[in-house]
Amino acid sequence: MKRGMKKLLVVLIAVFAPLHAWAVDVERVTSPGGIEAWLVQDHSNPVVSMRFAFKGGSELDPVGKAGLSNLAASTMDEGAGDLDSQAFQQILADQSITLRFDAGLDRFSGQVKTLTENLDQSFGLLRLALSQPRFDEEPVARLKSQIIAGIRADSENPGKLAYNALFANFFPGHGYAVDSDGTAQSVTALGPEDLQAFVKTRLAQSNLIIGVVGDITPQRLGLLMDQAFGGLPEKPSVKRGGDVVPTVTGRLQVIERDIPQSTIVFGHDGLKRDDPDYYAALVMNHILGGGSFTSRLYDEVREKRGLAYSVGSSFYPLDHAGLVIGSAATENARVAETIDVIRAEWARMAAGEVSTPELNNAKTYISGAFPLTFTSTGAIARVLVAMQLNKLGIDYLDKRKAYIDAVDMVDVKRVATTYLRPDLLDIVVVGKPAGIAPRP
Amino acid sequence: MNWVPMTKIARRFCTAIALLTTVWAGQVLWAGHAWAGVFNPETFTLANGMQVVVLPNHRAPVVLHMVWYKVGSADEPAGKSGVAHLLEHLMFKGTPKHPNGEFSKTLAQHGGQENAFTSLDYTGYHQTVASDRLEMVMELEADRMTNLVLKAEDVATERAVVLEERNQRIENKPGARLRVQANQKFYPQNHPYGRPVIGWREELASVTREDALAFYKDHYAPDNAILVIAGDVDVAQVKRLADKYYAPVPARGVAKRATLLTDEPITGGETVLRDARVRQASWSENVIQPSLSNGTPTRVAALEILSELLGGGGTSRLYRALVIEQALAVSAGTYYDQAARGDGQFSFYASPRPGVSLDQLAEAVGVETRRLLDGGLKAGELAGIKKRMMADAVYSRDAMKTGAWTIGGALAAGHSIEDVEAWPERIQAVTEQDVLDALKAVLEEPKRITTKLLQNGNGDGA
Repeated sequence: MKRGMKKLLVVLIAVFAPLHAWAVDVERVTSPGGIEAWLVQDHSNPVVSMRFAFKGGSELDPVGKAGLSNLAASTMDEGAGDLDSQAFQQILADQSITLRFDAGLDRFSGQVKTLTENLDQSFGLLRLALSQPRFDEEPVARLKSQIIAGIRADSENPGKLAYNALFANFFPGHGYAVDSDGTAQSVTALGPEDLQAFVKTRLAQSNLIIGVVGDITPQRLGLLMDQAFGGLPEKPSVKRGGDVVPTVTGRLQVIERDIPQSTIVFGHDGLKRDDPDYYAALVMNHILGGGSFTSRLYDEVREKRGLAYSVGSSFYPLDHAGLVIGSAATENARVAETIDVIRAEWARMAAGEVSTPELNNAKTYISGAFPLTFTSTGAIARVLVAMQLNKLGIDYLDKRKAYIDAVDMVDVKRVATTYLRPDLLDIVVVGKPAGIAPRP
Repeated sequence: MNWVPMTKIARRFCTAIALLTTVWAGQVLWAGHAWAGVFNPETFTLANGMQVVVLPNHRAPVVLHMVWYKVGSADEPAGKSGVAHLLEHLMFKGTPKHPNGEFSKTLAQHGGQENAFTSLDYTGYHQTVASDRLEMVMELEADRMTNLVLKAEDVATERAVVLEERNQRIENKPGARLRVQANQKFYPQNHPYGRPVIGWREELASVTREDALAFYKDHYAPDNAILVIAGDVDVAQVKRLADKYYAPVPARGVAKRATLLTDEPITGGETVLRDARVRQASWSENVIQPSLSNGTPTRVAALEILSELLGGGGTSRLYRALVIEQALAVSAGTYYDQAARGDGQFSFYASPRPGVSLDQLAEAVGVETRRLLDGGLKAGELAGIKKRMMADAVYSRDAMKTGAWTIGGALAAGHSIEDVEAWPERIQAVTEQDVLDALKAVLEEPKRITTKLLQNGNGDGA
């Protein structure tokens, strides 16, 4: 089923670290037409993966048209040029080409994965999808019905309900308040003219970022990029807004559902990716609630008390705001205890209580973990896009470890006391929690 | 990146369809077409019976280390459902040499990633580390193969965690509750595939430290395990390290498991779950079919092609007919599980658009399958699908992990490396008549069950 990326699955690449001996050579490729991509050549298997992103995602969907980016992502590969939906999809299937789009809060992204022998055809289809999408009545109606079915299913999904409420509370009146899928009502009202307007106003060369990995040379990539992206306008006609300050008040909201286990989400304002304190915050959060099986929240909530299967926290940098958020799920009778433990750990960290072994272990983890995912062409291409979006520099993979090494105890204590605010932790509980008094 | 601690139970490895309601979905880990490839692994066996598989891949200085045990929830003693998966959690508690959760702490200090999973047929533990940390991981994993120590209070706490995991995976999800109910009727009484991997709640709540340790002693041994290592390694290095760490672990003489057949009659019929929280109805029909364990290679390959042709994605016959042309459904497709140690299954599924009943969907699926049976394949249809599946073989070599998961899963379920490596030839050999024969067998098989997920008080999904 084709669905846009879920808001909370749009994990901005937040954890970076170099390999101990980084062997990957990142090249800057500029096409004859002036379009830039970052490339890692790998000729060991006849496969090429490209990821690309246009800055500006569902946050830019007009009022009353929530879900527009997501519907565009779902329908741009459903017919373009002379090819109707079925003809377009049949070529993708016959040639084993992956070509798809996704909409997140901050960006509209796409991917192409192809065998080398089908490179020309893949980029030709991409050009058609970007420049001449048809948005015929049948596929638009079909994809709308699928998206609405998903929205209806999500309306009883505890995690989705909880995060949507948390974000609605954080960002009243802002595009971030609305799930990128939109609502059943808003999606129902969308039509082909909205989708055509989306393509014309939102996709341009100046807000495009490209990462490519695999069996392709820079020369060939340059020509193919001009073919695929050269027809785009120079600049998008929709402007992005400025920063927004999340509204945090320490509220506790309960959304009642008759289920045995409550889902708890929590958070407050954090910091953005370009903040000089970002790396220190990453290290601090690793100790508090990040990583895998070793954080304080994991230890106190799961290992010591058996309260939950999953618990953790994460810095969540958006383009216009920073957040730190987390989640847990526990039986209704133990929700109050779980919240107490989470608040206590938040407060203990906010008081600056950190040990040297905790700091050192967090640093070695963050340095070592990130490159372990660099084991497929698509995974590396995704990183190349994130590096450019976050303006990290083409030598970032070499420098990353030094950034983490530079974080010291003073930094960690400073970010803990500065950015963690236990009294203002906003909490949403979905379920039938016992002994919980909502607080507006 | 994701703060949710990693899942500790098997999940299917390929893209899940959001509204899937097939009986087994989520229970079995298998790579589907991802296993479509010739991975060219190297393999050898230690003197204590532990098989070792090496898949060199030097793209990045990273290595994936996996130990698969040929034991899963289907091997649990009567009344002790859930013990296999609870033991998987408890394996992280400690040994005399590495006590108090040191395994995960040590791994994290080195930036390693890890997880574990339990399925019906096998249990696995895996770590991804920089390739110069491989020796450390092998020392830790070999140590807990035989030296696990459990404290009673650790077992009690971890049992509470797993009960919350059960709430999260099953009790809070109407579709998952339906699958659990349907599974009971899909297999003969007391067949181990008829119970959920995570166990029945009451039995799980009563599993003790002694139960877990007994299960450990019965099944965790080198002669019941497979070591799979993929990534930036060479065979000589793995051989040296395996000799150093795994070879000294004594064999226990674990008996080879029998193939799990489904000879007894089943309840079958229709399982319906109505719940006020269901916002999107769905339907599935699930049919017992041979797997690699008990089917001929031709039939298994033909079923795989049939599944691709009828229900594999947006150009398949069912999607075209039900979702595009007749606009009855938001999703429709098929799924074939060939990997089980016991019987496999072939499933049809669909989810309706507003105003369409589940019976209408079932009828439309029936019409399309009969159309295929009566009209045969279109010119070029079989060749097109074979071409796609061969391309999958190339893609399956793209990610370091695919070969390791595929071969590990196959060996742990009792299949062979040759079963994996000969996949392209099996697919290529399938004829149109093989596909139609397979479809006929699916339609005629009496062991089948229908599931319906419906909103309370909302008729038949209309």
